[in-house]
Amino acid sequence: MSDKKHGGRFVRRIAGKGRRAAEPSGDDLWESVQMARHAERPYTLDYITRMCSDFEEVHGDRLYGDDAALVAGFGRYHDRPVAFIGQQKGRDTKERTYRNFGMAGPEGYRKAMRVMEIANRLGIPVVTLIDTPGAFPGASAEERGQGGAISRSIQMMWRLDVPTIAVVIGEGSSGGALGLGVADRVLMLENGTYSVISPEGASAILWRDAGKARLAAQAFKPTAANCYRWGVVDAVVPEPEGGAHTDHEQAAEILDQYLHRALGDLDALPAADRKRARRDRFRRLGPLRDPEGGLGMAAGREIPPPG
Amino acid sequence: MSKVGRNIHVSVDRLRQLAHRDARPRKIKADAGTCPKCDSHYSADEMRRNLRVCPACGHHFPVTARERLEQLGEPGGYVELWGDLRAADPLQFTDLRPYTERIAEAEKSTGMGEAIVCAELEVRRAPAIAAVMDFTFMGGSMGAVVGEKFARACDYAAQKGVPLIVVAASGGARMQEGTLALMQMAKTVIALDALAEARVPVIVVLAHPTTGGVWASFASLGDITYAEPGALIAFSGPRVIEETTREVLPADFGRAERQLANGQVDAVVDRRELAERIGRVLHILRRPETDGTTGTAPPGLQWAQDGAQKVKSMMDRMRPGATDSGSGG
Repeated sequence: MSDKKHGGRFVRRIAGKGRRAAEPSGDDLWESVQMARHAERPYTLDYITRMCSDFEEVHGDRLYGDDAALVAGFGRYHDRPVAFIGQQKGRDTKERTYRNFGMAGPEGYRKAMRVMEIANRLGIPVVTLIDTPGAFPGASAEERGQGGAISRSIQMMWRLDVPTIAVVIGEGSSGGALGLGVADRVLMLENGTYSVISPEGASAILWRDAGKARLAAQAFKPTAANCYRWGVVDAVVPEPEGGAHTDHEQAAEILDQYLHRALGDLDALPAADRKRARRDRFRRLGPLRDPEGGLGMAAGREIPPPG
Repeated sequence: MSKVGRNIHVSVDRLRQLAHRDARPRKIKADAGTCPKCDSHYSADEMRRNLRVCPACGHHFPVTARERLEQLGEPGGYVELWGDLRAADPLQFTDLRPYTERIAEAEKSTGMGEAIVCAELEVRRAPAIAAVMDFTFMGGSMGAVVGEKFARACDYAAQKGVPLIVVAASGGARMQEGTLALMQMAKTVIALDALAEARVPVIVVLAHPTTGGVWASFASLGDITYAEPGALIAFSGPRVIEETTREVLPADFGRAERQLANGQVDAVVDRRELAERIGRVLHILRRPETDGTTGTAPPGLQWAQDGAQKVKSMMDRMRPGATDSGSGG
């Protein structure tokens, strides 16, 4: 299929990125951070509407309210139902405010959990699209249990019996991203970033200077190639030449191919095997030094040199 | 003692000191002998005996992980587990200083290998596994070692069938391990389910502060959750919120007492009553050796079946033509 078409290019690009990541140049990294946040970049609903023949969005967490920063619902995807959940950013000032810049509060994560529960009960796979600078930092969110909402969303994603795929489509920062990130397969778009914190946040905390975001990006190296090397993501999804923002249609088409194929792989596995693999996948992450166990758990992989 | 109408002799120096009392920075150190709240003085020995709680005003000082284990455990002490795991530096991370340097310094100044100490111990004679975080080691931040030790503690507790006691004190995920530190949130949350399978409870104690990725992962998933008085419990700290949203936060924002009112914790427990309280709840939750979960038939159900059988045979006998009633169908 056309998988092949993108396959060759994909490998070449990754190899190239891997080489560069060995000697990271700050400008390259800053460029990818900017790319991940490009104002014209396709957002969650842009992908969903293009990949699904029909989509029914649901609203509200049934406890307090509806969070527009996180969209969730059921789509008709390749003639089957799939639950889609993802943070949603806005394109103009008005919509950005309405979407709270893609920063979800506890209501967002509880809505996500509500949809996951339905999907699990009905045997529908769950696909999450991650695109957020982080969960919303606000007093009201804290009062209604932001921390517990994220941890329970992580817990529920791990507990699901149905196949699950998470895709980092733009910026994935902090626990707000991971709240939707525990899946059988984690994919990441070529120009996405996935990090423990946004460069700005890190700059304020570690450098005690809000202006050091560039340095922070350089230190975190949160690119798709690196995340693949660390074992944090399983595959890097290529973007149209010049980035996803140049051609939404093609970006969605390529993601659709990867998603469809991953879903097919997961369908073939029994639920118990999937869950065991899901647990082991996250358990392996994070190298350390263990004198008893010999070498540290070498999570991740080396990129073979091209040619 | 009233000062009204009495001659008070105070030195000028003392007056100067008093005048600046409120302007002094309120830094809390683990071994400080002066209460930042009420200015009472204590010797190091007194502090230890009082579990690092000011006897005058009840202010809770920070406690190191090892001292916390001594406080919670029986006098026999505790057995530390996996103490030799050490952090790697997967990102070759440097902010103002290299990560490796920061780790070496933290090891030296705290005498610990990482920001969490796991141990096997007894709390008021109830056997348990404890995972205790230490804020003095790089702000109690969670990297791969903290995640791994926590996960092993869950597995071990499940395997032994004893409860897990978690004491959280952390600024969140360890920035210096980047994306891999973020993944520890998933690792720890998943590991907790080993306890669910083994049907043993997890008791979480939230010490000052419990924030960021630690609050948004295992720390908010306790079956019973206690908070220490005054502890800051939040996903986003007050400084981040004020900077991002320009909100003006109340002084008690995110503090244990307020989080109790918000419904985020079960109780605010004074440290001097903590071991007793944990011991009590472990005692309440302890399942009898021979209940339905250990393989034999649940006695309650058996009793009900016996009763149903009796009723059935009674009704069979009452039915007309009762002589044929042997089928039991």
